[in-house]
Amino acid sequence: MLIKLEKRPTPSRRMLYITPVLAVIVTMALGAIIFSLIGFDGLRAVREIFLTPLLNPLKWQDLAVKASPLIIIAVGLSIGYRGNVWNIGAEGQYVLGGLAATGVALWTHQMSGPWILPLMGLAGILGGMAWAVIPAFLRTRYKVNEILTTLMLTYVSVYLLNFLVFGPWKSPTSFGQPQTVRFSADQSLPDIIPGTIVHGGTLVAVVVAVLAWFVMSRTIFGYQVKTVGTAPAAARYGGFSGNRTIWLVLMTSAGLAGLAGMLEVSGPYGRMVPQFPVNYGFTAIIVAFLGRLHPIGIVFAGLVLSIVVVGGEVAQTTIGLPFPAVGIFQSMMLFFLLASDVLVRYRVRRVNTSPPAAPAPARTEAAPDAGAAS
Amino acid sequence: MNEPITSDAAPPRLELQGITKQFPGVLANDRVTFAVKPGEIHALLGENGAGKSTLVKMIYGIMAPDSGAMRFDGEVMENTSPRAARRRGIGMVFQHFSLFEALSVLENIALGLDEKLSHQRLEARIREVLDQYGLTLDPHRIVSTLSVGERQRIEIVRALLLNPRLLIMDEPTSVLTPQEVEALFEVLRQLAAEGCSILYISHKLDEIKALCQTATILRGGQVVGECDPRQETKRSMAEKMIGAGLRDVDKDRNRSFGEPRLVVKGLSTRAEDEFGVAITDIGFTVRAGEFFGVAGVAGNGQNALVEALSGEVAGTSAEAIMLNGEPIGLLSPSARRRAGLCTVPEERNGHAAISDFTLSDNTVLTARDRMHLAGGGLLRPAAARDYAARVIGEFSVKALGPGAVAGALSGGNLQKFIMGREILQRPDVLVVSQPTWGVDAGAAAAIHRALVELAAAGSAVVLISQDLDELLALSDTLAVINLGRLSDPRPVSEFSIEEIGLLMGGVHGDPEATREMTEVLHAHQA
Amino acid sequence: MSIELTIAIIITLVGASTPILFAALGELVVEKSGVLNLGVEGMMLTGAVVGFAVTFETGSPWLGVVAAAFAGAAASMIFAVVTLTLSANQVATGLALTIFGTGFSALFGKAYTGKPLALFRSVFPPELATHPYLKVIFGYSPLVYFSFIMVVAVWWLLRRTRPGLILRAVGENDLSAHSIGYPVIAVRYAAVAFGGAMAGIGGACFPLVLTPQWVEGLTAGRGWIALALVVFAAWRPYRLLAGAYLFGLVGTMELYAKAAGGPFRILPSELWASMPYLATILVLVLISIRRNSNTSAPACLGKPFVPTS
Repeated sequence: MLIKLEKRPTPSRRMLYITPVLAVIVTMALGAIIFSLIGFDGLRAVREIFLTPLLNPLKWQDLAVKASPLIIIAVGLSIGYRGNVWNIGAEGQYVLGGLAATGVALWTHQMSGPWILPLMGLAGILGGMAWAVIPAFLRTRYKVNEILTTLMLTYVSVYLLNFLVFGPWKSPTSFGQPQTVRFSADQSLPDIIPGTIVHGGTLVAVVVAVLAWFVMSRTIFGYQVKTVGTAPAAARYGGFSGNRTIWLVLMTSAGLAGLAGMLEVSGPYGRMVPQFPVNYGFTAIIVAFLGRLHPIGIVFAGLVLSIVVVGGEVAQTTIGLPFPAVGIFQSMMLFFLLASDVLVRYRVRRVNTSPPAAPAPARTEAAPDAGAAS
Repeated sequence: MNEPITSDAAPPRLELQGITKQFPGVLANDRVTFAVKPGEIHALLGENGAGKSTLVKMIYGIMAPDSGAMRFDGEVMENTSPRAARRRGIGMVFQHFSLFEALSVLENIALGLDEKLSHQRLEARIREVLDQYGLTLDPHRIVSTLSVGERQRIEIVRALLLNPRLLIMDEPTSVLTPQEVEALFEVLRQLAAEGCSILYISHKLDEIKALCQTATILRGGQVVGECDPRQETKRSMAEKMIGAGLRDVDKDRNRSFGEPRLVVKGLSTRAEDEFGVAITDIGFTVRAGEFFGVAGVAGNGQNALVEALSGEVAGTSAEAIMLNGEPIGLLSPSARRRAGLCTVPEERNGHAAISDFTLSDNTVLTARDRMHLAGGGLLRPAAARDYAARVIGEFSVKALGPGAVAGALSGGNLQKFIMGREILQRPDVLVVSQPTWGVDAGAAAAIHRALVELAAAGSAVVLISQDLDELLALSDTLAVINLGRLSDPRPVSEFSIEEIGLLMGGVHGDPEATREMTEVLHAHQA
Repeated sequence: MSIELTIAIIITLVGASTPILFAALGELVVEKSGVLNLGVEGMMLTGAVVGFAVTFETGSPWLGVVAAAFAGAAASMIFAVVTLTLSANQVATGLALTIFGTGFSALFGKAYTGKPLALFRSVFPPELATHPYLKVIFGYSPLVYFSFIMVVAVWWLLRRTRPGLILRAVGENDLSAHSIGYPVIAVRYAAVAFGGAMAGIGGACFPLVLTPQWVEGLTAGRGWIALALVVFAAWRPYRLLAGAYLFGLVGTMELYAKAAGGPFRILPSELWASMPYLATILVLVLISIRRNSNTSAPACLGKPFVPTS
């Protein structure tokens, strides 16, 4: 008996929903085995990483705080990926958003008023967008691959951050610590659940996801992005400009990453520090895929990934599992998800390998489409 | 001198018995049986879609038949790969060359050979073959810089180096100039005289009469006749090849036309890349109710013309395209559609339709404005579903419903859906390219009828096709596109058929033959 | 500039260029076969940490390099299974491989933080290797000479051998190659494995040739620069050599500026550190302007090969 793949006439919706769950479960199982093999308590590691944050109500606020930027960034990235625009430099746009908001905060430090926070938000969005202007221009004007340009700018953004917090923006009262002054109350996100660390960013994340869901499924813009992403020639035929779409989706994803940066710096951090980039921009790529590039799926995927991040911290203290292990779990999830995609497009069939009857069996790999029959 | 070297005692070089091949929705070959003698030039004759290419792919081992048996020199062939076929001495020259653009001629040939030769030895052998058959080709040129004829020569040399016992030629002349065709025939005759059998696939009767000793005629995947083409008239072969009852187009030949709908003047584009064909200074007028046909051999600027008319390629002058008296030459595709110009490009998948989208979503692509499937930036999914259902119903599209994915439809059904999507928008002008390419006879007839009804209701139709038969059946006015230039349009009745043949690049060579062929086709319409 | 300083600068330059050259050579072969593996950075990190560990535990840098090559190739096989056998998206899978390599190297390297390692030094006699002038020829790690050999070897493989011809054909037109009868997927597996091994060796250069200690994320984006370099070199090994050294030069520019003195000294070091990344973008732009949409890229680059559809 053999396993044979058979192309489905229509991609399976059921598999589309099942496979992300499957990817997480397989990651847990295989993770337990691998980490046991390399000398850790594998079962305990998986329990601490995947279950403790969920079962311990004290960790819930932590989950909300960590999931928010992931969701906001991933929603933006997913729109880009749908349009076949591969922004993988969200981390840099996130940093720039944070820096732009910090700039506004430093400039308005002696002022007060409810207008400051929205202004910082706007600056964050624009800051993120500004960082994607270069890749967008180069892609549309000179067809320069945006994967490399957005990523290169991420490295540059980190040096820019260091330059600013070690230099011109360093607080005079920080005793030599590389950090800016603490933001004032008007420059900080309010907590939305009193007595917790859950801030306004969580609310923003939910709003962004719902809005994106509406835009992608119900508007011409969403249709345009999907068309340009799947069939560029059809998009031109339908009257959608490819270049305009590239600009729009890059600006959207970069603006959202910038917004996430602003929310982080004015929320949990309260000032700009060199430790500001914590890979949210890269983790969000996994979130986007695990959420099937669907805004609502991304909310769940964002929660799963934040569980892993929070759980990774737990496992670090309880069983001494080094934090980078989290990266391995994350990438395993993405590998399994991408690998399981085959189940969406193909049906797995068992075939009997009893000797075939007189004519040789058709070679499946060479079957052409019927259109080629002429 | 071209008589086959054969004796009755020798088994046929190739013998097919009951070969059947089924694709989803299409029975490509239905119990095909025939034999090719040693040293014989054997024609496999049939229209597009008759199943010729599928059959030879099975002989060459690219795919396997569902049932039936193949024998080569009396031995049962169980070809599971082209390599095995080559080892038996089967060579093949493909219609669409399987060449590697960025590699040199020498490298391309080396890749096609199973034996390993040093480049020096190989080059020497290539030059030997070139000399032997009087061909010219520079082994060191990069393929992307070569003409189509030269590229075909690579395939031929590649096949000849194997000292083939059976050479399969799939539509070899469709891209060649008359001189190149004559040179090719010389090579083939010489090969046959040396004892190599040739299976020659074509739908060009004059070529087959000039070259072949036997012809097997395929229609709809079945063998419908076998003959000696030298003894037959082209009419008798054409009747078998085309069959009756396909061309049931009811069109009133004596109706009058209305106001000019589409006026094109001085329309030019630039080539997209070095391999693209641009159009130059194209001009024509189509009136309400009129069918304007554009004939021409593939790759002469047809796609550029469609895209310039649709607006996919930006224009340079507003007045180059006038729709109902309004200049639209600078408008976007969407604006042109709103103004009343709809188009259907040649390629279905990924151009006219998006395979991954549902039929309902595919209506939004081109019908969102005219059929109000969207408004104020928002989609109206219910309206799109209704419209898709209407198209499915009125054009008898075989699909599960508006929610079916376009890629799940057969080629013919998807084409009916696309045509329906545009026709039901009642455009003032409809430009269609190859509307029935790769579509079964029933669907083709339905599409033709719908186009005729659209024109009868007062629309102008531009029909771009390589199917001369389709063009002559439908067109009122006809022009030929060649190397991006359009001939002077004239009523199809005034057109001398010799001219069409010549304008199309003289591919059919003998104008007399073309005229005869066309008469046959007209006879069928009657 | 004194001759001693010039020699010192050349030696730094060679050191900075070698890892990029290895990784880019590997990726060049991968891309020539029609596969885009964005996981170079991850494979370099994997190679770096395994190279460090094996060298540290066995004391033999030779074994370390071999282990790094195997580790890089092993990591690349994850990518190969997912993209070639299961025909998943190559961009996303490459990213996943980079995230994996980053996590794996950080986890595995934790135990080696702060532990000293002997550099993989020149094998020439000390009279040559440490001679004040001759060391510019004889003073390098064997890996440096190996990188030059690999440039020639890759060129020879691609241009002069039948396997190389088949590899290029597969990358140029996978369907034709398949219809002639070449095993497209197998050829691509081999190319990806080679690319992984080269990236692994490139990664191992960091602890073995540059700084003899374990630092998390020590490749600092060199894998991504290697990817850009392949585009820059128009998929030609010799141009890759020139490109890698150009980038080595840019990456060590701060040293020359400081040594030379003058107005460039006052630029912030963060700007100098950003130079390789900015230069990468600049180079990509120049290439695209000059060449009008990468016509020399292998035609099938990044497209999954699915003969069934």
